[in-house]
Amino acid sequence: MPEQARTQPILDVEGVTLQYKTVDRLVTATYRVSFEVHESDRYIILGPSGCGKSTLLKAVGGFISPTEGSIRLRENAVTRPGPDRMMVFQEFDQLLPWKTVKENVLFPLVATRALPRREAEERALHYIDKVNLTKFADSYPHTLSGGMKQRVAIARGMAVEPDILLMDEPFAALDALTRRKMQDELLQLWQDVKFTVLFVTHSIPEAILIGTRILLLSPHPGQVKAELNSDGTDRQRDNGKQLSEHIHHLLFEDEVEAHV
Amino acid sequence: MSDASMMFGRPEYHRSPGKTFGVVEKPLTFFERIYNNGAIRKTCLLLLLAAGWEAYARFLDDPLLLPTFSATVAAFIMEFSTGVLPMRVWGSLEVLLKGYAAGLFLAALLTAFASASRIGSDLLETLTAMFNPLPSIALLPLSLIWFGLGSMSIVFVLIHSVLWAVALNTHAGFQAVSPTLRMVGNNYGLSAFGYLTRILIPAAFPNILTGLKIGWAFAWRTLIAAELVFGVSSSSGGLGWFIYENKNFLEIPNVFAGLLTVILIGLFVENVIFQNIEKQTVRKWGLQVR
Repeated sequence: MPEQARTQPILDVEGVTLQYKTVDRLVTATYRVSFEVHESDRYIILGPSGCGKSTLLKAVGGFISPTEGSIRLRENAVTRPGPDRMMVFQEFDQLLPWKTVKENVLFPLVATRALPRREAEERALHYIDKVNLTKFADSYPHTLSGGMKQRVAIARGMAVEPDILLMDEPFAALDALTRRKMQDELLQLWQDVKFTVLFVTHSIPEAILIGTRILLLSPHPGQVKAELNSDGTDRQRDNGKQLSEHIHHLLFEDEVEAHV
Repeated sequence: MSDASMMFGRPEYHRSPGKTFGVVEKPLTFFERIYNNGAIRKTCLLLLLAAGWEAYARFLDDPLLLPTFSATVAAFIMEFSTGVLPMRVWGSLEVLLKGYAAGLFLAALLTAFASASRIGSDLLETLTAMFNPLPSIALLPLSLIWFGLGSMSIVFVLIHSVLWAVALNTHAGFQAVSPTLRMVGNNYGLSAFGYLTRILIPAAFPNILTGLKIGWAFAWRTLIAAELVFGVSSSSGGLGWFIYENKNFLEIPNVFAGLLTVILIGLFVENVIFQNIEKQTVRKWGLQVR
């Protein structure tokens, strides 16, 4: 895609090694991972559990700092969390229970003083409408279902209009039917707004459906295995394999060899 | 027989849901609705207790040991109308509120320090372990030496009774705030103060409220006990002094009226003030069920 190659990357992750300490050891989560995210990418980080993909996303969010390498967002080094990288978490308890749906979406806009109150309110309602929750704007989170809570979290992230939206397996805790619906809604939303999203998942079908570009990581520690393009369907590749089969093979070839 | 049913052995079928039901929804009966009202249930319990008291006192027939409920109420109304009791209540409440407010302020400082640094957390835990088991009233003799005969020495004892309970509960509440909520707060780029007041305090509010309630109860009983031991506090005595004084005159119905006042204030604070705070906050937010 020549057009994409010409655009500058928004997010530049270069040689990032991430380590964290448990009580009795130092664990390396990822080792010298590099990738670039461009404007309006739906960039997927895919890998089995233990490949450090969530840790990597938290590092981009600024919650953890890398021991080696650099993370730059629009040429600025990422040093701490900030509203230019809004995060949507996997957990249902990410909404503030003492605020209604509307207040939850409004709060980051007001707290960061991004907009005057009136405009902030308009924008909050606009994004609540985008995720089809206008009827529930005055409800408290504990009265909503899991899928609705995640939709609020997505609206909250998007309302800030961050440079990049970070999503940490946002649909993993949902049932299969709701997950399918949410994936379609996310794509629909992207068609409307064309935001840039960095999305972590461990599901190959989800990665293929949602991503335009997929980064594959190997486990223990996470290292880059491949970076692939996706058009949203499980298309046949030049080597005759389906994309999903190809990804599966890339992720698990080591294991098969080890067994032989 | 279709092919599918041949293959699976059992036929498929489709149905459209019927239109005739028994009861789908019906209003509760009058009695059920009354029983659902907590205030009415509790009032009934109180009336039963009062009736039991009245019956037993009449059976005992010894007003010096146990005056009847009606005599107590009569004494209560009498003392209330002459203005003695309201004055005593105010005398107690004034000191109580001073001590409670000062205790809360110090608890806030201590907890803020404790959540900001690990050494602060250690300090809070050590101090609480040392002083929480120490009955506040045991500090009264010392307090009298330090601050002299006056409300200041009672305030000191009250601070001791409020501080540890509130600080311990608030600190525990802060520690229990989920990591996801913390990250959400950080993500917004809030200042340290904004993070404390807009994320940590609301998230820890169930625990903070428990601390406030325990602190209130501790302060109340410490105050009454202190007034009993110590008699006159500054110019006007409080409720404890009222009870002590009437015992000396063998005005036992008045003693009971004093105790009744303590109970009534306790019921009011718990069932009106704290319940309303709960309703407006933690229950509305779903942080506390029921």
